[in-house]
Amino acid sequence: MSVSHSASRLLHNPKVRNTAVQALVVVLFLVVAYEVTSNLITNLRRANIHSGFDFLSARAGFEIDKPLIDYNGNSTYGRALVVGLLNTILVAVAGIILSTIVGFMVGVGRLSRNWLLAKICTVYVETFRNLPPLLVIFFLYIGILQFLPQPRQSVRLPLGVYLNNRGITFPRPIFEDGFGIVLIAVCVAVLASFLAARWARARQAATGKQFHTVWTSVGFLVAVPLLAFLGTGRPIAFDYPTLGTFNLKGGAVIGPEFIALLLALSLYTASYIAEIVRSGILGVPQGQTEASKAMGLSPSATMRLVVLPQAFRIIIPPLTSQYLNLTKNSSLAIAIGYSDLVAVGGTILNQTGQAVEVITIWMATYLCLSLATSAFMNWFNSKMALVER
Amino acid sequence: MDSRFVRDVMLTAEPPPLRQRGFPVWIRHNLFASTTDSLVTLVCILALAYVVPTLLNWLFIQAAWTGSDRSFCATAVQGGIQPDDWSGACWAFVRAKFSQFIFGRYPIDQRWRPMLVGILLILLVLPFLTPYAPRKNLNALLLFIALPVVSFFLLYGGFGLPVVETERWGGLMVTLILSFVGITVSLPLGILLALGRRSRLPVIRLFSTTFIEVLRGVPLITVLFMASVMLPLFLPDGMDIDKLLRAIVGVSIFASAYMAEVIRGGLQAIPKGQSEGADSLGLTYWKKMYLIILPQAIKLVVPGIVNTFIGMFKDSSLISIIGMFDLLGIVRFNFSDPSWATPVTPVSGLLFAGFVFWIFCFGMSRYSGFLERHLDTGHRR
Repeated sequence: MSVSHSASRLLHNPKVRNTAVQALVVVLFLVVAYEVTSNLITNLRRANIHSGFDFLSARAGFEIDKPLIDYNGNSTYGRALVVGLLNTILVAVAGIILSTIVGFMVGVGRLSRNWLLAKICTVYVETFRNLPPLLVIFFLYIGILQFLPQPRQSVRLPLGVYLNNRGITFPRPIFEDGFGIVLIAVCVAVLASFLAARWARARQAATGKQFHTVWTSVGFLVAVPLLAFLGTGRPIAFDYPTLGTFNLKGGAVIGPEFIALLLALSLYTASYIAEIVRSGILGVPQGQTEASKAMGLSPSATMRLVVLPQAFRIIIPPLTSQYLNLTKNSSLAIAIGYSDLVAVGGTILNQTGQAVEVITIWMATYLCLSLATSAFMNWFNSKMALVER
Repeated sequence: MDSRFVRDVMLTAEPPPLRQRGFPVWIRHNLFASTTDSLVTLVCILALAYVVPTLLNWLFIQAAWTGSDRSFCATAVQGGIQPDDWSGACWAFVRAKFSQFIFGRYPIDQRWRPMLVGILLILLVLPFLTPYAPRKNLNALLLFIALPVVSFFLLYGGFGLPVVETERWGGLMVTLILSFVGITVSLPLGILLALGRRSRLPVIRLFSTTFIEVLRGVPLITVLFMASVMLPLFLPDGMDIDKLLRAIVGVSIFASAYMAEVIRGGLQAIPKGQSEGADSLGLTYWKKMYLIILPQAIKLVVPGIVNTFIGMFKDSSLISIIGMFDLLGIVRFNFSDPSWATPVTPVSGLLFAGFVFWIFCFGMSRYSGFLERHLDTGHRR
């Protein structure tokens, strides 16, 4: 009696129960982990695969189209993965910039008083939000391959740019001696406009007098590098593409895979960003606009100084997750053969059979990219956040 | 003399003056309010005047609606019957392959089975989605427990029906199966994960948080590769899991991590007093959650839940990368059919697939808007 009574008390003691539940979960986890690991070791031994990351220093033996760093078939698997990672970062960064521009334009367009513009933006958002990104990528890729002309009949655009179904060919800049001075001039201009902005802010805080910071900065950024450029004797030349019998010669090429992937990711993500921007602007109370008008601010100053800073607080957290989604969706590159991290890793996986290692590298890399992006956006967010007492 | 006047008859309201109403005024206010506005409108009209007729022409007027092989969609140079400057959609291709796009390579004489499952699904889903239809519990039981079991035997075989291997399943059918199972699994799993992440037990919290954050940090395609390449390595010798099932597991656990974060958002929005009130009534943890917290939390995040469903429906197209034939996969598979290969075939096929995906996703998002308004009981603060 007393034994069962104390047992029942023990059973209903929250502390004991909590500990027991957690211990059970840990034991269960360890059992599954042990089982999985032992199966893995047996299976790998039977398939004659040596686990470990030694394969990274072995010869890759496959080519990658247009690598960003020196790479050829004799390079190592590790270097191939770095090439893939750089391609991923390239398309992700370009996509983030492009989708932000398009997204903000469409989001503001949907709020326009112009009925036609608002409707066109709505149709855009509703179309792209309800399509799988993979389908958009295929559609653009096949569209570029099918509907752009052969290299022989390339479409000629201004500034020596050619467009055909092998991609965009544009004049390749060749930097000569003295270009370093121009780069230094750019840095000086950036620093000067930064200092001017700081001075203008301090003066406005002290005296209330305003200063045209934007135009001063533009002046610095255009004039100083231009003077340096002319002063050093135009240290830049261009390798212009020329139309040969069958193909374009010279110039630099951006392949159709990159263009299709970049456009598809940007257009798809822009439809989400547009909605985020729209809800952010609508989320700023009407009273804020009215109060700012009552204080005599012009409509553009109202937008710039009152509405947008508050809208940004609403916009930034969901915008971060869209940027992360874009980065992760760039892994769909494998479907059209753009050599990003996943596509290169897939080739290595097929060649070596090191499935566990390759997938671990993938996951670790994307986790790091995600963490880096969200760390940056969290910093930006805390800078923009409401300062309360 | 009496100068008092009290109106005892109200005058009827006059319509606004002619200059303030009607179509011209609407146009002036909405399209030509200012110089910039007029310019924008003109640019839009010009763009539309170029794009819309071109599109309509390509999609409908020039399109090859009927035909039995590629010659109907190819110009004379490409070996077809169309004039040299012809370009239009090849709907004949979509018509010829339509049943394959829906059922994949499911044996033709057995296709009544997926059709029957489809009819059962519609019969059970429609009343489930209609708020005023009676017997919701029974309906849910049939839809989420009975239907999957019946469907499995109908689609796979058994009880006298010949077995159809999952390799032969494909098309829209697989997309819908994947999404349905994913939705049914990810919601409860997501709720458990969200509760685990907010649990007071540190071990449970750690496991749930790690699981959610890792899955949300990686692309779905790596999870699918893991399910298709790595999972067999984890299993004991001789044990094999069906390829389709592996994909379903991958998509479901991926979606459940996103679902968990949506539900957690709802849980965080419920005031602490609700939980304390339930505690003071002596409810156990599970009763408190089931009766008090979750009903309120889930109601708050219906749009987020439906968005996750839409995301999963779209993501299901990724299984075509690991060699399975969902709707997008089977459409792409048919591009290489030599009897239909023309320059316009791929774009036409993708347009069809895109149209189907769009209809489903748009329908879901519209339903979510309706549900949101229906569930809004005015308790917003």
